[in-house]
Amino acid sequence: MGADTAVKKSAAAQGEILLEAQDLARYFDVSKPWLNRVIERSEKLTLKAVDGVGFSIRRGETLSLVGESGCGKSTVARLVVGLYGLTRGKLVFDGEDISDLAGRTGRQAASVRKRFQMIFQDPYASLNPLWRVGTIIGEPLRFFRPEMSSTDRRRRVGELLEQVGLSAPDANRYPHEFSGGQRQRISIARALANEPEFMICDEPTSALDVSVQAQILNLMRDLQDEYGLTYLFISHDMAVVKHMSDRIAVMYLGRIAEIAPADQLFENPHHPYSKMLLAAVPSLEGVGKERTVIQGEVPNPVHPPTGCAFHPRCPHANERCKAEVPRLIARSDGSEVACHGVEEGRLP
Amino acid sequence: MSSTPSSDNQRLAQHSAAPVAGHEPGTAGQEPVLSVRHLRVEFPTRHGTLVALDDVSFDIAPGEVLGVVGESGAGKSMTGNAVIRLLEPPGHIAAGEVRLSGKRIDDLPEERFVPLRGRHIGMIFQDPLTSLNPLFSVGDQLIETIRAHLPMNEREAREEALKLLREVGIPAPENRIDSYPHQFSGGMRQRVVIALALAARPEFIIADEPTTALDVSVQAQILALLKRLCADHGTAVMLVTHDMGVIAETADRVAVMYAGRLIEIGPVDEVIRHPQHPYTKGLMASIPGIAKRLDRLYQIEGAMPRLAAIPSGCAFNPRCPHAQQRCRDERPDLLPAGGSRAACWLHDPVDPLPPRQDAEGEEVSHGR
Repeated sequence: MGADTAVKKSAAAQGEILLEAQDLARYFDVSKPWLNRVIERSEKLTLKAVDGVGFSIRRGETLSLVGESGCGKSTVARLVVGLYGLTRGKLVFDGEDISDLAGRTGRQAASVRKRFQMIFQDPYASLNPLWRVGTIIGEPLRFFRPEMSSTDRRRRVGELLEQVGLSAPDANRYPHEFSGGQRQRISIARALANEPEFMICDEPTSALDVSVQAQILNLMRDLQDEYGLTYLFISHDMAVVKHMSDRIAVMYLGRIAEIAPADQLFENPHHPYSKMLLAAVPSLEGVGKERTVIQGEVPNPVHPPTGCAFHPRCPHANERCKAEVPRLIARSDGSEVACHGVEEGRLP
Repeated sequence: MSSTPSSDNQRLAQHSAAPVAGHEPGTAGQEPVLSVRHLRVEFPTRHGTLVALDDVSFDIAPGEVLGVVGESGAGKSMTGNAVIRLLEPPGHIAAGEVRLSGKRIDDLPEERFVPLRGRHIGMIFQDPLTSLNPLFSVGDQLIETIRAHLPMNEREAREEALKLLREVGIPAPENRIDSYPHQFSGGMRQRVVIALALAARPEFIIADEPTTALDVSVQAQILALLKRLCADHGTAVMLVTHDMGVIAETADRVAVMYAGRLIEIGPVDEVIRHPQHPYTKGLMASIPGIAKRLDRLYQIEGAMPRLAAIPSGCAFNPRCPHAQQRCRDERPDLLPAGGSRAACWLHDPVDPLPPRQDAEGEEVSHGR
């Protein structure tokens, strides 16, 4: 099984690029209303949730985005599926420019939209409580394949339910009759309905207990092997990310700090923030051992620090780090790191 | 597991000794701060009585951190709430007893119990925003708490509040004491909540998911703080969490709960490195690790039963790879198993159930 997976992974590494994101940015206006601004003489405030993020995902590969809350990882996911429009940047999906996806409507959007699907964090909020499970899973089929007969659709819904470990008669039940893990299975069945090539999973197991999380992660891996799915996987849990990913991008305040193959990142992280994040993970291996405690918290993204956003918490920061934003620079070991210290050779 | 079948006498003696034994390994020699015996919590409903906690017994020694883990609905928060009597009606303690420093507290009338909260039992909840009053500055809240429990005037209480804020690591407390909760970040708020919990120097603290709402880097800071302060003051802590990683680095002993029952309790190293109950084994193996990468995670099939449908015998039997007829008929007590105690017939000192060699779970390596 191990060798088999290894072959598949190397194939994935050489596969064509399915999604390419260049310099993605999304700003939100968080200013007070106009009248308050006039009376209180306050400035316009812009939250740069994502500011210059670029990456590419090959077919069959899993790329993960990790980071602490507010680092912009979920915003990237929403930009990719077109739930938010881009402030700046370019998205290319399988050779087609989809930067304007958020603005497209109806059938014009459908040709691209049906090729990717999203799984959300909260399986309680993402299923309509008034619909039966069969209707929920059949919805994408009704929209994207209106020619399908209702009998065929019902059969397909049954197949999907069985594929995710539920049974066909469950189609007649309502979401509230299912546990959190089962609901997440329903979300996955709905996402699979149109045989998508690309899945964006935003914290799919964060709301679940560990034993249920193991079931869902195994299911997602099995489906990937079976259908050659490509995943953009978002999580704050380093261990989950390590288990799922081929490559990992570590985000901090709207930018990518480091992007590297999964094993490489865990064995030899370069960016000081990646090191800190890995050191902070509570692990079962370290029973009774105190973690290296890192000072400080993530700054308010409305007023990010100048230069490298991490410099106030970084033990290696110098004048250049305070003034100049570092760019992602490729290294010989396959990683890309945005850090002046690493670039100058001050840090290993 | 080296014992061999012997006389009925011995068997009886061991059976009655195990659950009643006053002290557990790790607390021997010291009077426990908190002692819970055979605690049972029931919720009467229209469709019958639900048993939310069933025969839960444990001790916590001074300065000790007992981690209580389990999945949602296992009864870990319920245990904490029962101890401080914050059960949602119609839930109530139906049997058992709770002793704080040797004195029984579960049968006290409400008016005599209220003064215990805060003074003798501190509480830290998951969400610092809901445990702080947004309309009062943190200084006001600290001073009010201190003066409610300790004989101090306004000025002394303010000094004490500053001392507490300094102790929990709030930089420049003189400038922050008059700030309101919304002016603090999440981690700083949780520090204030810890200061509040410690204000009256209680001998026992219940921390219910204290770091679940925080990011990992802040989580490490808060746990280190909690652990240091409690060790310094000799405060006993009941740390309720679903996160095994948090337990691994913070707790001294661990209690694992399943379907309202305590199924394994022991020193943290033992429970994490050599889990004895099949459920704990499965739970440990299903956690993805940082150190090594497996192709598949071990999965425990099925889900935890609902309170209305707890199976007879051992509550875990329908999901257990080793389950046999005895597990379906008879409920096991906590039995000595390795360095801990586990409620599983595999560890019966007299007549141990043979583990099923074909059980799938055993091939998965648990070595961490």
